[in-house]
Amino acid sequence: MAMSFEWPWQYRFPPFFTLQPNVDTRQKQLAAWCSLVLSFCRLHKQSSMTVMEAQESPLFNNVKLQRKLPVESIQIVLEELRKKGNLEWLDKNKSSFLIMWRRPEEWGKLIYQWVSRSGQNNSVFTLYELTNGEDTEDEGLACCLSHLPAISCHISILSWLLAPSSVPFN
Amino acid sequence: MDRFVWTNGLLEINETLVIQQRGVRIYDGEEKIKFDAGTLLLSTHRLIWRDQKNHECCMAIPLSHIVFIEEQAAGIGKSAKIVVHLHPAHPTKEPGPFQSSKNSYIKLSFKEHGQIEFYRRLSEEMTQRRWENIPVSQSIQTNRGSQPGRVRAVGIVGIERKLEEKRKETDKNISEAFEDLSKLMIKAKEMVELSKSIANKIKEKQGDITEDETIRFKSYLLSMGIANPVTRETYGSGTQYHMQLAKQLAGILQVPLEERGGIMSLTEVYCLVNRARGMELLSPEDLVNACKMLEALKLPVRLRVFDSGVMVIELQSHKEEEMVASALETVSEKGSLTSEEFAKLVGMSVLLAKERLLLAEKMGHLCRDDSVEGLRFYPNLFMTQS
Repeated sequence: MAMSFEWPWQYRFPPFFTLQPNVDTRQKQLAAWCSLVLSFCRLHKQSSMTVMEAQESPLFNNVKLQRKLPVESIQIVLEELRKKGNLEWLDKNKSSFLIMWRRPEEWGKLIYQWVSRSGQNNSVFTLYELTNGEDTEDEGLACCLSHLPAISCHISILSWLLAPSSVPFN
Repeated sequence: MDRFVWTNGLLEINETLVIQQRGVRIYDGEEKIKFDAGTLLLSTHRLIWRDQKNHECCMAIPLSHIVFIEEQAAGIGKSAKIVVHLHPAHPTKEPGPFQSSKNSYIKLSFKEHGQIEFYRRLSEEMTQRRWENIPVSQSIQTNRGSQPGRVRAVGIVGIERKLEEKRKETDKNISEAFEDLSKLMIKAKEMVELSKSIANKIKEKQGDITEDETIRFKSYLLSMGIANPVTRETYGSGTQYHMQLAKQLAGILQVPLEERGGIMSLTEVYCLVNRARGMELLSPEDLVNACKMLEALKLPVRLRVFDSGVMVIELQSHKEEEMVASALETVSEKGSLTSEEFAKLVGMSVLLAKERLLLAEKMGHLCRDDSVEGLRFYPNLFMTQS
């Protein structure tokens, strides 16, 4: 399933690597960065990263263009992701983080839908069955589930599922 | 024996009695003389002998006259004696019992003993020579009648007095020297008052002074360091002077502004105006204050302050925002531009070029690329694309 990653047009636009002072411009810029980070991580199946890695990764460092997003700006992008729910800090020092290109709620929704459809409510599943079972009709779901990121992500999803607010939805 | 002088026997100030002994006989050399019973007194300064029977008969010899002393032990029928060897008599010596004597020593016979102690004390005084350190007034020593003598200041007291006098003198000198300065200050004050009154008169337009002269006089005052009272008002209330100046500026700047695309930085204006004026130069403060009034006076030029603090003068007809649109076109044509490149292309100063690009960025037409290569401006594709 490895696709060659297609960089967005912004990646080749030098101002993309300078935090814009104009507020409206900055909003657009940050939105572009967020989606780039998420798609990059999804493709490379990277669920966690340290800030140091990020700085040197081609994600923030366009060698060909000779432009790098400075670390302060990287922090701002990561904060944006966190606010959106796509990122969780793994330590107090904010040196490494968990990247969730699908938010826990989204995962929970998918799982619940699959479970309902296959009529297997109120029975016990293992995660293995969930991801590899023959009953998994929804290939798309299976595909996605197989991409389930690290164990800590599972816990987030499960906690979401178990939360009182996880009422069946349409 | 001729060294003795008559004395009243009273001790002088600073002269202290050391020891006294009764029953002392004096020998002139080896000869017995009539002074056979008396009291011998030793003071810090003298050796005094007073006749026991006739107290008025009293003589003394200064201890400084003594060369050295010897003891002579008592014998059978003889009393102990002290032999006192003396210096030769002073020619101006006061009168004494003997005018002349062939002996240069005397003997003191202690008929009632006490010689040992006396000798000891006398030796002590000879060693210490206290008479040398403690001066005594000479007038009392010489005669009975007290002369109203000049009390010469000697010793530590004298030194102190001299120092005091010297200090007073120095004080006097200093005050005298600064007298001139205080006079000068008084004169200067008068001068300042005078110029102030003239300035006020000019203000009220009393007297026949033309405007030209007014301005010239004001510049003189300014060069002297006396601030013109007229310029002290703040912006808003305005002053005649600034209003006049503003009008003048509007006239002067019309043509240069058109030549420069309708906009000039305030520093350029300052240089231009002062070069034109030649002698009556304008201070930066005056220029700014005058420019602040341009808008209020509805003159064809106005002052504009950018976010960065840069001040410019622009024609009323000049619309910087419109210029931004053309700037965007220029930048788009070239893909991206730095302030310097843009300034060169358009033919304006780098400072103003930068201000224009920044304004374009503020308006959202341009975005920036800040790297080690410098600051470049691009068309804002974030807004226009995707």
